[in-house]
Amino acid sequence: MFLFADGAVAEIEKKIIEAFEVFDHECNKTVDVREIGSIVRSLGCFPTEAELHELLAKVEEEEPTGYINLEKFLPVMTKVLLDRSYQPIPEDVLLHAFEALDENKCGYITKEELVKYLTEEGEPFTQEEMEDMLSTALDPETNTVRYRDYISMMIVDET
Amino acid sequence: MGCNSSVAYRRSEKAIRAAILIQNWYRFTKARLETRRRYSLSIFQSIEYADEQDQLQLANFFTFMLDHCTHPDSVSHILTSPGVSQVVDEGLSLTEFENRIDVPDSYYGPRLSFPLTVEDANALLHAFRNEQLLHARYVLQLLCETRRVLKEMPNITHLSTSYSKEITVCGDLHGNLDDLLLIFYKNGLPSEQNPYVFNGDFVDRGKNSMEILIILFAFLLIYPNDLHLNRGNHEDYIMNLRYGFTKEVSKKYKDHGKLILCLLRDVFSWLPLATIIDSKVLILHGGISDTTDLDFLNALERSKLKSLMRPPKSVRDRQDQLKERIPTTRLSKHIANQNVAGKTQHISSSGSTESSGSNLPPDPALKEWKQILDILWSDPRSQNGCTPNKSRGGGCYFGPDVTAKLFERYNLKMLIRSHEFKPEGYEISHDGKVITIFSASNYYEEGSNRGAYIKLNPELIPRFVQYQVSKYTRRQNLQERVGTIESSALKSLREKIYAHRSELTSAFAQYDLNSTGRISVSDWAAAMESVLQLELPWRMLRAQLVQMTPNGEADYMSCFYDLKIGQPTKEVQPALVETLCRYRRDLEIIFNIIDKDHSGLISLEEFGQTWKLFASHLGIDLYDESLDKLVLSIDYNKDGHIDFNEFLEAFHVVHRLEKKANS
Repeated sequence: MFLFADGAVAEIEKKIIEAFEVFDHECNKTVDVREIGSIVRSLGCFPTEAELHELLAKVEEEEPTGYINLEKFLPVMTKVLLDRSYQPIPEDVLLHAFEALDENKCGYITKEELVKYLTEEGEPFTQEEMEDMLSTALDPETNTVRYRDYISMMIVDET
Repeated sequence: MGCNSSVAYRRSEKAIRAAILIQNWYRFTKARLETRRRYSLSIFQSIEYADEQDQLQLANFFTFMLDHCTHPDSVSHILTSPGVSQVVDEGLSLTEFENRIDVPDSYYGPRLSFPLTVEDANALLHAFRNEQLLHARYVLQLLCETRRVLKEMPNITHLSTSYSKEITVCGDLHGNLDDLLLIFYKNGLPSEQNPYVFNGDFVDRGKNSMEILIILFAFLLIYPNDLHLNRGNHEDYIMNLRYGFTKEVSKKYKDHGKLILCLLRDVFSWLPLATIIDSKVLILHGGISDTTDLDFLNALERSKLKSLMRPPKSVRDRQDQLKERIPTTRLSKHIANQNVAGKTQHISSSGSTESSGSNLPPDPALKEWKQILDILWSDPRSQNGCTPNKSRGGGCYFGPDVTAKLFERYNLKMLIRSHEFKPEGYEISHDGKVITIFSASNYYEEGSNRGAYIKLNPELIPRFVQYQVSKYTRRQNLQERVGTIESSALKSLREKIYAHRSELTSAFAQYDLNSTGRISVSDWAAAMESVLQLELPWRMLRAQLVQMTPNGEADYMSCFYDLKIGQPTKEVQPALVETLCRYRRDLEIIFNIIDKDHSGLISLEEFGQTWKLFASHLGIDLYDESLDKLVLSIDYNKDGHIDFNEFLEAFHVVHRLEKKANS
């Protein structure tokens, strides 16, 4: 059990409130429930969809209204950050994941293969998500995804 | 066999885990992109609104200069030079312009003949697609005719959707000609079968405000019953001075620009204030307040109010009377002082009525001014009530209860308004009763937002059509678009940081009692917000704005590293440089006014005088000496004149790592 100085907790809370307000158009301390994923991720967390659903269950109203209140969200999210839940995915782990889908170890995955895995397995992509990833990741001449290049490009843009 | 299937099973399990990981990571990057996009738009919007508030300083300065004119020659000419006012006051006929202004044979642009026909409109559209200019004579004739037609119209236009017509409603265009052309392409040109309402803010910011006006006015003359215009808060000559329209006209029409601008001032004041469809749908530019009185609005003389930035003369006179009676504190304060005091100036009438006391009778001019100010400047909010619009400095925030009351009073069903940027081009609020429609796509930056228009059918059900103009032949992907918007937003923000360097430095120092050069992120964020007065997610932006020490503190002076002005001017006080940066745009406007003949040059004496006046108005203390040095260093060829565009360009803030601007 770690004891956190009050200052640290206050700072974490301020961070959360800031992130929340970015998505709070009306400035009335509520956000659309569909934005919660973006807010949690913007705070540096990598929840799976399943984990997000769990979190939502804790912050939704008794009768879901489609909106989430800051009041309920703040304590739950504070705990998430203090517990360091939903750890980030390091670059090398991401690389291994792509390599796992690259059966022949040739450094690329064909469009068909990638689409099959990502839209049928795991927590499937929607068509929109798949198309969006392909728009950046796909090399149109070979119709393949050279994943090392893709990862490097995405990581650089992050900074 | 068993072995193979278990291997296959394991591989598949591994693949599933890999898929989940990749999906998770991808969704994270998407969310980050979305967050960056949102805060970039937030930065643009906050800076824009803060700028609009600063606008008030300039309006006051004009009042100050015009009423206490020490250089009658240099300033008052904008309102009183003889030839110009003659045109404005007398109804000059079309032939007068024909006689006075020659159109050379070498001019290949459209030659309008009045009354205008569809052929003229098509010629104009064709010319503007090819970036041609309409000759000044035709512009003046067009404006004259437009004024004549607008004068006949009431303050509030009443339309009906009879004959099964759909009415198209468009919002802010702000000089984006491409958007107007795209709307006409998608939705057809205005005609008896295809009526349009354009809801104000046709001009400023974009580079084709003049062309948009010409097209809209031409169609107004051709189809006066089917093309309707409402006045926006930017149809106002003082706004135009700051937000680019005046500059655009002066540049495009060097000889007749002033005449055109003067006539426009009149035309703008004759634009109707609102449109009502089938007595149920109210269309106006900004919004409403809890005192909005449509009957009163319909009855007043709208053309008396040329600009909403200056209260009517009777109100100003009364304010002056009061000032004489009560010992005054400074007329205006330095912006930093204002912020520290927690007050922001507000151009609503509440300030004036407060100080008036009970002995003076209510001023009808004041009521007129407030009523129009409210409908052109207000914004809807989800909280109930009606409060002063503090981000804009004019009009109010109105809640669903205010809307409901107005609807009940006038038996209305819907309010369509514009005035606010919306990423999707439109937004519905107040439980479906209020629609915001914004038609300028890529308003802040390429890729920042879509534009939209409304198709209103005879049952008054709205249908929205969205679009986005793109200058790239290949559509940028989301990553690239967000990158572009973010760079642009950060550039604006850094400029503000640079321009407030001294104040920021002292604010930081207040947290750094031992002068270590480091403060906590929390303190850094608090200082940034209080000095810049921008509500932004500072902790999210921190990485782009300030460097961190190994122990997680902010090395606050690093905010200013890599920021410099375009051209270093030696031997000039940093404080002076900073001030010039901050007021660069205001100075540009003032210089353009003084520069009567649009030569781009003003005399050293004029520059010095103007600067002194402006500085004293803002409460800035500057030693004469440093200004003289600065001025001398700018007078490159020592002929007693300054090229002020070059001068101002020197105070443009750049960041070392920025790519060259491609505008």
